[in-house]
Amino acid sequence: MSGDSADVTSQSDVARTAARESDAPTLLGKGVENSPLEHGRAYLQRLRGGEMGALPAIGGLLVLFVIFHFANDLFTTPRNMANLITQAAPLVVLGMALVFVLLLGEIDLSAGVTFGVAMAVFVKYTQPDGLSWPVALLLSLGIGFTIGFVIGFFVARIGVPSFVVTLGLFLGLQGVILMIIGAGGTYRLIPEPIKAIQNSNLAPWEGWALLALVLAILVGVAMWDRVRRSRAGAPNPSIWIPMVKLIAIAAVGVAFVLFLNIDRGGVNRAIQGVPIVVPFVLAIGMVGTYVLDRTRFGRYMYAIGGNREAARRSGVNVTLIKWSAFVICSSLAVVAGLLFVSRVGSADASTGREIVLSGVAAAVVGGVSLFGGRGRLMHAAVGALVIATIENGLGLLGFSAGATLAVSGGVLILAATVDALARRRSGAVT
Amino acid sequence: MNQPIIELKSVTKSFGPVNVLKGIDFTAHEGRVTALVGDNGAGKSTLIKGLAGVQPYDGGEVLFEGEPVHLHHPRDASRHGIEVVYQDLALCDNLDIVQNMFLGREEMATGAFDEGRMEVEAAAALQSLNVRTVSSLRQKVASLSGGQRQTVAIARAVVKQARVVILDEPTAALGVAQTEQVLNLVRRLADNGVAVVIISHNLQDVFQVADDISVLYLGSMTARLRREDTNADDVVGYITGTKSMEAMA
Repeated sequence: MSGDSADVTSQSDVARTAARESDAPTLLGKGVENSPLEHGRAYLQRLRGGEMGALPAIGGLLVLFVIFHFANDLFTTPRNMANLITQAAPLVVLGMALVFVLLLGEIDLSAGVTFGVAMAVFVKYTQPDGLSWPVALLLSLGIGFTIGFVIGFFVARIGVPSFVVTLGLFLGLQGVILMIIGAGGTYRLIPEPIKAIQNSNLAPWEGWALLALVLAILVGVAMWDRVRRSRAGAPNPSIWIPMVKLIAIAAVGVAFVLFLNIDRGGVNRAIQGVPIVVPFVLAIGMVGTYVLDRTRFGRYMYAIGGNREAARRSGVNVTLIKWSAFVICSSLAVVAGLLFVSRVGSADASTGREIVLSGVAAAVVGGVSLFGGRGRLMHAAVGALVIATIENGLGLLGFSAGATLAVSGGVLILAATVDALARRRSGAVT
Repeated sequence: MNQPIIELKSVTKSFGPVNVLKGIDFTAHEGRVTALVGDNGAGKSTLIKGLAGVQPYDGGEVLFEGEPVHLHHPRDASRHGIEVVYQDLALCDNLDIVQNMFLGREEMATGAFDEGRMEVEAAAALQSLNVRTVSSLRQKVASLSGGQRQTVAIARAVVKQARVVILDEPTAALGVAQTEQVLNLVRRLADNGVAVVIISHNLQDVFQVADDISVLYLGSMTARLRREDTNADDVVGYITGTKSMEAMA
């Protein structure tokens, strides 16, 4: 029976290969020896082949910005943009946290309530007669670590589906939050440094310094790559390819800092500068991206997501990597919770209950595959910005929370449909 | 013939009451292609899994270059340079060619991947197999044809500097042109001094590429032949059990 299907594939394979190989060059391409123009063309081909990455989400974000700009005078003001950033930040970090498990084809439905528990503890024990905030912070990070460890144990070690384990925790941890906080209770966030993350800004010069630092890191890494490649005797792509990318990032960065350095305060007090949360999120994103792109751990995560059995046969410790992915996800979720509480200013029994599905939606809208093996942290960040922009923009226009939810849901389905259509047309595998 | 790189002496394996391997002798030589043929259930896969360290043998002796070795884990096999190219290929579609070839043994430099070096070595491995039909080493394996995927899987073994490469039905899912391609690859692998063991149901392929032919029948090695001393009819006879080598023993 399997022989029949094998025959069918081999037939189409022959046809395809014949077509492909007749016009293939007889040299072993490294994919880097061409001109920038040809690289551009290859990129377009990849896009047409369904590897669109974050592009649809970036396009969507631009469209949303244009629509809201014309629909409401307040939308593109410095004040609202700063507001949008702090609104989006917890979702961005939560989305990035979820990427680590989504890449493996797993899911963590409890990420939101995990930060709920951790923040309930943090806020409760940093009341005036409580612990010092660094101790409480370590405690709540420990809670995140432990929850991730427990999920990892059940999923990676025992083999229970992550959907079920984390659904169970989603329900159970809500109970734990209730027990910590007490029904109907609310604790105010006291520690000033934690409040500052989402409520204070960098001085204007610090914003520029941050931009310079980020650009320096990007240029440094790009140069380092080139040096190492040529040392190994591998050809380098044209210098223009990283240059164009860097110039684009620099341009966006300059506009960003310039805009946020405009005084957006009232008559009495000047408020200006890049929100402090921005360097936080950038640091998490850059470190995480480094780990995913350039270390064995990251590569094996993609490998497991792509073909678990192949990874195992190649000597990858699948259990260990899965386990760590859940630990990373839950620990990063606590950071997302910190940003959330910093912005809201309090924690109650419902903290984190609703945000988790928005986090998954953010990742998927940004181009992360739920089937594993495909996606980057940047995708989740862009997706989170899309969702936050919808909430922000519709809120400004006076739409109800209900309308916002409905539109966000529609965008999620739209994003998934665009992705599915692109992949189906190209015949690419998920 | 010189000393075999791999020699199995009366290895056995049983699953519960079922004796799958009933004392098998088998050899593989450097620079030669040994075909392992036999009907379904004859014990080919079990024999291979023992060599790969996935399912250790129950009894018997495994000699590697004349020295007895124990293959209890895939790592043991790997350490001796034994690599298996599985039928389902075991490649990750979402990774590119270089990433797949180096999966599990990436070259590192100062804590991060040394992509340049991996690329150069991957190119060298493909060149040593005389592969010329890959337009970019950085394309995703998902975009490759069946034959190209098989090529990548075999080149993986070359990158690992394997001394024994075991191919499980490498042409089963391929069309005519690609089968030809892969068989050429197998030949070149052997010409580079690797001992190749190939499992195949296709006798035409076997006679095209193999130097030695070993036939399994219901857990016993019924024939070990040199290609030039035999023909397809004989081999079919051994496979189906209508012929046996008692006379020659």
